[in-house]
Amino acid sequence: MSVSAPARVVQFSGVEASMRRIFGIVRRHGYLIFRSWARMISMAYYPTVTVVLWAFVTIYLAPSSNLLRDAPGLFIGAVLLWDLMFRGQLGVSLTLIEEVYSRNLGNLFVAPLTLPEFMAGQLVMSVLRAVVGVGGACIFAWLLFHYSIFSFGFALIGFFANLVIFGWAIGLAVSAMIVRVGLGGEELAWAAMFLVAPVSGVYYPISVLPAWLQVVAEVLPSAHVFEGMRAVLLQGVFPWNHFWIALAENAVYLALGAALFAWAVRDARVRGTLLQMGE
Amino acid sequence: MADDVAIAVSDLAKRYGEVEAVKGISFAVRAGTTTALLGGNGAGKTTTLSMLLGVLTPTAGRVTVLGVEMPRHRHRVLHRMNFTSPYVDLPKRLTVFQNLRVFADLYGVRRAKDRIAAVAEECDLAALLGRKYGELSAGQRTRVSLAKALINEPDVLLLDEPTASLDPDIGDRMRSSLERYQRTSGCTMLLASHHMGEVERMCDDVIMLRAGRVVDQGSPDALIARYGRQTMEEVFLDVARGRTGMRNVPTAGAGADEVAI
Repeated sequence: MSVSAPARVVQFSGVEASMRRIFGIVRRHGYLIFRSWARMISMAYYPTVTVVLWAFVTIYLAPSSNLLRDAPGLFIGAVLLWDLMFRGQLGVSLTLIEEVYSRNLGNLFVAPLTLPEFMAGQLVMSVLRAVVGVGGACIFAWLLFHYSIFSFGFALIGFFANLVIFGWAIGLAVSAMIVRVGLGGEELAWAAMFLVAPVSGVYYPISVLPAWLQVVAEVLPSAHVFEGMRAVLLQGVFPWNHFWIALAENAVYLALGAALFAWAVRDARVRGTLLQMGE
Repeated sequence: MADDVAIAVSDLAKRYGEVEAVKGISFAVRAGTTTALLGGNGAGKTTTLSMLLGVLTPTAGRVTVLGVEMPRHRHRVLHRMNFTSPYVDLPKRLTVFQNLRVFADLYGVRRAKDRIAAVAEECDLAALLGRKYGELSAGQRTRVSLAKALINEPDVLLLDEPTASLDPDIGDRMRSSLERYQRTSGCTMLLASHHMGEVERMCDDVIMLRAGRVVDQGSPDALIARYGRQTMEEVFLDVARGRTGMRNVPTAGAGADEVAI
């Protein structure tokens, strides 16, 4: 029989408590990031530098390239979308890594916070980090080169959704690796995305890849997004087939990423590493 | 299980490969009491606490906290529990207030600002709320950890070496805070400690562990009398060094694991 709780501190319950816990994770990382100018600037720094680099490449090549004359935003748009996915993945992984660095994981996992709630917090932080990081670069692209990411029109919503979700899936898989192997897996957080970059056709069509790599590209949502981006810029049409395929693939990858993370945490509970995980 | 039992442990075991960290221990902790888990390094105290918190999956056995089976149904009871441990820390770049605000969210505390003000007062932290946790001294950090552990006014508080590395003054203040909280809330406390003075002062009951087994248990006074010693420190040394044959001392594996206190 349960010992009854004395009525003292009033606590939220049900869905309200769950939302509060997710918000707690967002608040914790929000305090860290959004109250530090240094962190805000560092998030936007890399995407901005990359945009500037590709903008100058575009300016240099455009006079001799019909492709860039027809679609001057080809490279800048590509690099912004790529960074959206990269930031999306980093946002998920870094939310976990910060907890490991702080040796705070034990406190979180003995709180009423469930793993799905923690993951939801990771995903919200991922979107916020992506918006801040890429948003800064977008502003620079507009100010310096008069390029607006919104020139994609409504297609941008499809691109954004598919790239961020794919970033989440990879971020959750990286989180699983970090829980499994500790901070030794941290490098994966930075390197994982670059493994899919060459096959995603960020700056070139998938058709330039060898036949066997084209097969690999078919199962990457990012490849469908960048093919879609070129279709919008060069042909002026939104390729729904690429959108739906990417969305379906993302559903599978996101489920796999979440399952992998859940397995890693379950395994850590068995191995007894959750409480002591840290630097 | 009796109505007044807050924590019940039955045949609890944890094995890491070839190493048996906890070897089928059983005990019960009465609601509203303070109980110590004593034992040398590697005796299984932290492992046992981890299983009680649901953060470590037992190899065998059963744990219930406030009538709820752990770790399977832990989310039904974790909001009524809390803990502190030297093995975990808080984010160093957040202020004390920010840390407490986050944990108020995680524990679903309504009127969080009022509650933070109350625990800050209780733990003598009011002047430190705006300071970054990483800038605090060890003693101040320990007080913040205690404030975090009290944020939800837990019914069950698990404390792993709560006063380790504290000077006598801060250690005494910490113990006073815990005693005051226990008196006013009726909370059940289970603490792992190497500080025998703390155990004599705070604990109603003691569970002695050695090499993953419960080797003795009883009140501090009863244990001191049973071992014919003057202090818990001496009892601890007897148990840690395997000197269990003083007077009426149960030996490991001969029923010592099964006594409820």
